[in-house]
Amino acid sequence: MSADTATPPAATAAVLALADDALILSHRLGEWAGHAPVLEEEVALANIALDLLGQARVLLSMAGDEDELAFLREERAFRNLQLVEQPNGDFAHTIARQLYFSLYQHELYTELAAGDGPFAPLAAKAVKETAYHRDHAEQWTLRLGDGTEESRRRMRAALDALWKYTGEMFRPVDGLDVDPAALEARWLAALGRVLEQAGLSLPEGPRTGAWAAGAGREGLHTEPFGRLLAEMQHLHRSHPGASW
Amino acid sequence: MTQNWPLWEVFVRSRRGLSHTHAGSLHAPDAEMALRNARDLYTRRNEGVSIWVVPSAEITASSPDERDPFFAPSADKPYRHPTFYEIPEGVRHL
Amino acid sequence: MVAVTPETGTSGGVDGGSAGLGAQLRADFDAAVAADERVEPRDWMPEEYRASLVRQMAQHAHSEIIGMQPEANWITRAPSLRRKAILMAKVQDEAGHGLYLYSAAETLGTSRDELLDKLHSGKQKYSSIFNYPTLTWADVGAIGWLVDGAAITNQVPICRCSYGPYARAMVRICKEESFHQRQGYELLLALSKGTEAQHAMAQDAVDRWWWPSLMMFGPPDDESVHSAQAMAWRIKRHSNDELRQRFVDIAVPQAESLGLTLPDPDIKWNEERGHYDFGAIDWAEFWDVLKGNGPCNEQRISQRRRAHEEGAWVREAATAYAQKHTGTGREVEA
Repeated sequence: MSADTATPPAATAAVLALADDALILSHRLGEWAGHAPVLEEEVALANIALDLLGQARVLLSMAGDEDELAFLREERAFRNLQLVEQPNGDFAHTIARQLYFSLYQHELYTELAAGDGPFAPLAAKAVKETAYHRDHAEQWTLRLGDGTEESRRRMRAALDALWKYTGEMFRPVDGLDVDPAALEARWLAALGRVLEQAGLSLPEGPRTGAWAAGAGREGLHTEPFGRLLAEMQHLHRSHPGASW
Repeated sequence: MTQNWPLWEVFVRSRRGLSHTHAGSLHAPDAEMALRNARDLYTRRNEGVSIWVVPSAEITASSPDERDPFFAPSADKPYRHPTFYEIPEGVRHL
Repeated sequence: MVAVTPETGTSGGVDGGSAGLGAQLRADFDAAVAADERVEPRDWMPEEYRASLVRQMAQHAHSEIIGMQPEANWITRAPSLRRKAILMAKVQDEAGHGLYLYSAAETLGTSRDELLDKLHSGKQKYSSIFNYPTLTWADVGAIGWLVDGAAITNQVPICRCSYGPYARAMVRICKEESFHQRQGYELLLALSKGTEAQHAMAQDAVDRWWWPSLMMFGPPDDESVHSAQAMAWRIKRHSNDELRQRFVDIAVPQAESLGLTLPDPDIKWNEERGHYDFGAIDWAEFWDVLKGNGPCNEQRISQRRRAHEEGAWVREAATAYAQKHTGTGREVEA
């Protein structure tokens, strides 16, 4: 029960980075339940959320007790990207977040799956899921980008708003055996292709914010994250030691 | 006013070696999305290895009014079925 | 031979032009139903049968999608990751069930959009049970055990409903629902055997959900408007009171195993009847909630409406895209 204030040792930094990305994005997608634009999309978003939650559970279990890690850590001990904690916004924001993240996660897991490190077995399974998440995001990016005036305007705004959180994905993480520069090059190329096909273009401007954006991997998060955790952890923490 | 997404019929092959069977229908703006929605909706419990989607409007069906003229004539041709033929006992592999 | 949508066309084009033909069709229909044959979308059917089915399937579909809300209310607060995954999968199933049922209703020529409009404008109902709030985590368990349990009791006979598409949708739904009920029971069991506070939470939830669950079977047989006809048409197979009794008989021993008490002092085994007796249901509350005065009526329908309205631009975008790029079907091998 010491997870509450712990700063992870280097060995688990990579595990937590991957686990927390999946955990927190899954949580955000779970917020869509009952609010999606069409029933078919309720089912699709829930599938993605469930895949991510599954990944998070496997990863957290590599670092300790999944529930202790999810529900008893303080905000500063979470290692997820600031990107994934951003609120859902409208459907375009959710799709932009999915696009940025799933392209990254897919490229990352493809590389991890090909290696022989500790994440290879998980990545080999997850890469099939991330391929689908990526496809889902791409399909919607095309439809929103090349749909109506309104959808194009909203998609542009969403891509711009989240752009500053994307630089963080390519910072080196302790214990994650990938080449960040190569990963970034592949990500940019893939993103550029999708956006071009959708009649959109890469946003301009810096990919890290003025001071903090881009520090999620070090435990520094944005305001909405505190609320997310308050909601997620409240019940578990109200009954110390209980099992569910 | 929103224009309604068209209806699609979904056919799922549950495993290799079996043919696709009708699983149900769904709405989607186009074929690409119809396939994906079908995957999410009709195979989320591992029910399939392959999916077909067909716009419902593209299916030509026999009419129930013609049920009799259409199908009854095949009912009186028992010689099409192997059980029609009597084979002496002891004859094997037939 | 005519080119029409097989599962959406309206009945065969014969509307009984002459009285004699109409009577013959009617007699054939009645005989087929009485012989337990299935009616398929484009068969001739009496208008009242069609209307009655559309009403029932729509109400059922609406209940599935409104029913997502009280449970989705706890997804972001689920107390363990295992429970969170289960709950997300369950709420997702409900969206799926809504989809199956809207599709079944569409085979009778009523589009999903029309049905959703009727839900949003209050012209069609959904199950009143979802107008009750989920105040604690234990409510997720109580919904699974009692509400889904009652729903399954109601729905299993519909798997043999005379209307083919409805029966087929129900077969799929019932298979999936049994997971829903079991997870609810397991959730409550963990609470009941947990800490004192958890046990109290479970008991409180059962106290609040028991009576509304009994009301889910509808008014008593002698006051039920649609029942008799629905039974004759084999849309329905058992009366409201019969199904309610069946549910009580199943639930009482389950509550004992859970270590929880059902909030009805009149429950006791009746040797003579071979059933459990139970207390009188407060039908005034039932009618009041049905009329719109439940704790959550307004909230449920306005959330539903908001999701639909806020999604309009997304649906329009996809339609516009499809018009620009006509896709072609292709097969994916997984």
